[in-house]
Formats: sequence, structure tokens, C-alpha cells
Amino acid sequence: MTIMHNTIYRRRRLINAFNLTMSTLAMLFGLFWLGWILFTLFSNGLAAISLATFTQNTPGPDSTGGGLLNAIVGSLLMALTGTLIGTPIGILAGIYLAEYGQRGWLAPTARFINDILLSAPSIVIGLFVWIAYIQYVGHFSGWAGSFALALLVIPVVLRTTENMLRLVPHSMREAAYALGAPRWKVVLAVTLRASKAGVITGILLAVSRISGETAPLLFTALNNQFFSANMNQPMANLPVTIFKFAMSPYENWISLAWAGALIVTMAVLILNIIARSLLKKEHG
Amino acid sequence: MNTQTVQTKITVRDLNFYYGNFHALKNINLDIAEKKVTAFIGPSGCGKSTLLRTFNRMYDLYPKLRAEGQILLNGQNVLDKGVDLNMLRAKVGMVFQKPTPFPMSIYDNIAFGVKLYEHLSRSEMDDRIEWALQKAALWNEVKDKLKQSGLGLSGGQQQRLCIARAVAVKPEVVLLDEPTSALDPISTAHIEELVHELKQDYTIVIVTHNMQQAARVSDVTAYMYLGELMEVGPTDQIFTKPTRKETEDYITGKFG
Repeated sequence: MTIMHNTIYRRRRLINAFNLTMSTLAMLFGLFWLGWILFTLFSNGLAAISLATFTQNTPGPDSTGGGLLNAIVGSLLMALTGTLIGTPIGILAGIYLAEYGQRGWLAPTARFINDILLSAPSIVIGLFVWIAYIQYVGHFSGWAGSFALALLVIPVVLRTTENMLRLVPHSMREAAYALGAPRWKVVLAVTLRASKAGVITGILLAVSRISGETAPLLFTALNNQFFSANMNQPMANLPVTIFKFAMSPYENWISLAWAGALIVTMAVLILNIIARSLLKKEHG
Repeated sequence: MNTQTVQTKITVRDLNFYYGNFHALKNINLDIAEKKVTAFIGPSGCGKSTLLRTFNRMYDLYPKLRAEGQILLNGQNVLDKGVDLNMLRAKVGMVFQKPTPFPMSIYDNIAFGVKLYEHLSRSEMDDRIEWALQKAALWNEVKDKLKQSGLGLSGGQQQRLCIARAVAVKPEVVLLDEPTSALDPISTAHIEELVHELKQDYTIVIVTHNMQQAARVSDVTAYMYLGELMEVGPTDQIFTKPTRKETEDYITGKFG
């Protein structure tokens, strides 16, 4: 009896040790590449970044020096407007799916389409805006870029809003209805408030997703070598600038591409840290 | 008590309730006395909560649930299509099994319901909130922290906050759905005392798993089994000499 017990126990410990080793190795394998990427990025990026990166515009071909001011400003403008357009739509649609759409076919259909949109290649979104908007107005523009980014924001915000609202215990919703509160009041004053941190996290994750997107801007905002804050004109932005500069033969362009990549990565990293700490505050 | 003439507050006639195809309540007929405590007892799944939740049409929140028959409150059938559910729920308040404070301050938790129906000045609202918290026997414990979150209170305090919130809108009926099942014995005793106080002003219907609780707090007890109302009568009679064998078996703990 005791002997059998021991063999079973020993077997269990062996299996445990084996699985633990394998999963640790898998994690290290993933971390190794991430570490390598970050190391390369930081060593090249930090060498390339300087005050001029933030004060000068992108240089022309066959020149020296230069910075990324116009690209940084363009990226900020388009990410901001894209978020401002996409967020309200995403939140409202998320509310509809979580709170209103229990009956009928509309909500399941919308949820299905949103899932497709969520995983759609971003280049398809760029092409869509190109066909639906650029072809129509006849020129590339910052607005077109922010529309494309908004289309990427919507599914992310929608998904997180719906999920966070669904996490609100049903008893809380019932308690509000039991007081005779109309549905919109229940949503705004109780459930949305209860899931505030989660919804904000979703927005931040969406922002960090669009700040690195290249493909949707390539067909919409294009790029601009000069400083322009006019949303109706082609607009410089970091991802497309990195794409263009990294593959160029000019040394100052290549080092600016490293600087740009570092800036984008740091921005995304900081946004993710903020998002995580917000969620932790709520659930922690 | 038997000689007193008692007004009927809620009249249930031929009530049937369905969860989709499942027939959950079968031909319920029941009178609920005004300003008395009526307790629903019975084993899990017997339909006592379902019955309670028809009085304020809570089931309306979910698809595929339907009730047939009549539930008359002040002579009006609350199951009628045209009934304004928000007004109904203002008249028929409810407290749930688990405390459900909203993610806002203690003050705002109570003001939330009041603001839906009344425009009160700041000082009137202050008075109403103190009144409601007094009613729920919570005022002394929270009067210095009304601006703090309702989520920071203990379980028993949260439940009394929920009672204060339900009472603050001045309903006519208060439905209590196993209000103490998530609480410790001391908090439970608090709530039971409260029920005793509240019946001076309100008609109270309580669902409970705890038979001693039903015996302690209620004037009338209804025993339900498998969706049917088996027996209803004065609490002392139900617990001492029930007329039906099934009721006696349940009360004496032969099953349940």
C-alpha cells in the first residue's frame, strides 16, 4: 500500500518537474528573442537619438542630420484624432452588445463582424479607406490616416468595453433596475462606472496598437517630408518614415529610423504599463 | 392577530410562470397582507424566488421568461403589458441575496434611487438620506463617512445600505430575497430586527432558506414545493400544526 503510494507520488513529482522545465524553457525561448530585439533597438536607437530628433524635420535625400519632428507631430495628431473618432463609437457599440442586444440577431451579427474586424490585416483597412475616401477626395490626407486608425480602434475598444461590462455582476444591474432606474441610467451610472478602469485600459491598448501601424497609413496619410499640421494634406508619421528611412541608402536616414523605432516602442511600452497599473488598481 | 381585519396588498390569481418550456410556477393563488411580513419557504428550486421576482417583474430583464395570470397591486394587474416598469419598481423595492452596493459613495448609493423620482434640495436630500439610514439602523455607523465608497463597508453593513437604498424611495412593498444568506449571525440578527421595524410602514415579503428565520420574522408563511403553493397560513400555525403532511415533513427536517 505504502509502496504503491510512493511510486504514484514519485511519478507525479517527475511529471511535474518535466512540465515545469518545459514551460520555463518555452518562456525563456520567447523572452530571448524579445530581449534581443529590445537590445538591438536600444543600442542603435539610443546612439541615434538626440535633441535634434525632436526639434528638426525629416531631412531630404543626400543630406546630413535632421530629425523626426514632423513625423512625431503627425503621428500624435493622427493617433489622437483616430482615437477621438473611434473611441466613442467603440464604447457605444460595446454598451449595445453587453446591455441592450440580448434579443434578436443584430447583436450576435455585430459581434461576429467585430471579431473579423479585430483580426483583419491592417493593410486591408488602409486599402478600404483608400477606396472609400482617398479615391473620392482625390488626394492623400491626415484625415484619411486618422479614419483608418479609427477603424482599428473601434474593434479593440468595443471588445474590451463589452467584456468589462459583462464582468459587472448581474446582481448589481438587477439592484439598479429594482430601484426603477431606466436602462440608460443603469448603464451610465452603475455598470459603466463599475468597469471604468477596464474600459480606459481598452482605450490605451487601442492607442498603443495604432501608434505602430504602418500599413493603414501608407495608403491614406502617405507621408510628408515637411512639417504640416494640416489634416487635409498628406501627413508625416513615424511608422511610414521608419519604413522609408530604414530601407534607404543614406546613413542619417537609417539612424533616424532607429531613433523613430525606439520612440514608438517606448510610447507603446509606457501606455501598456499605465494600462496594466490601472487594471491592477481595479482588480487588485 | 386573527381577529384583526387585514388589508390585502397583493393578490395573486392563477399565476403560471415559464422559463422557456419549463413550467416553474403552477396556478399560484395567494393574498399578501398589508404591513405584515410574509415568508416564502421551501426547498431549493421550488419557485419561491421566482414568485418573489414576479412582483416587481424582475424577470422582464431576461428573454424567454413569461408569466401568465394576475398579480394585483392596489387593484392593478402588474403583469399587464402597459405597466410602467420603472414606476412599478419604485413602488415595489427589492433587496437581494448578495449585498449590491453601487461603486459610489454611501451618500450617492442612496441618493441614486431618490433622484430618479424626486427633485430634492440639497438639505432635503441630506434629511432623506439620514432618515433612510436611520430606518436601516446604519446611521450611527456611517454618519461620519457618507462620502466614502459603499464598497468599503462590511458585508452586513452593505446589506443594510441596500435596505436603506430600497427604503429611501419610499416604496409600498419591500421584497427581500434571502437577504441574510451571505451574512454572519450578528448581521443576520440586525437585519431581522430591521424587518420587524420596517413592517410598521411597509408590506414585506421575504424569501428564506432558514426556517427559524421565517418563524422569527414573519406573520404569514407560505410553503412551496416544485412550483406549487402547498400551504399558506399564519406562521405560528404553519410551524406548530400544519394541515398538510408535506409541510410538516419539510418543517421537521425530514427532507429539504
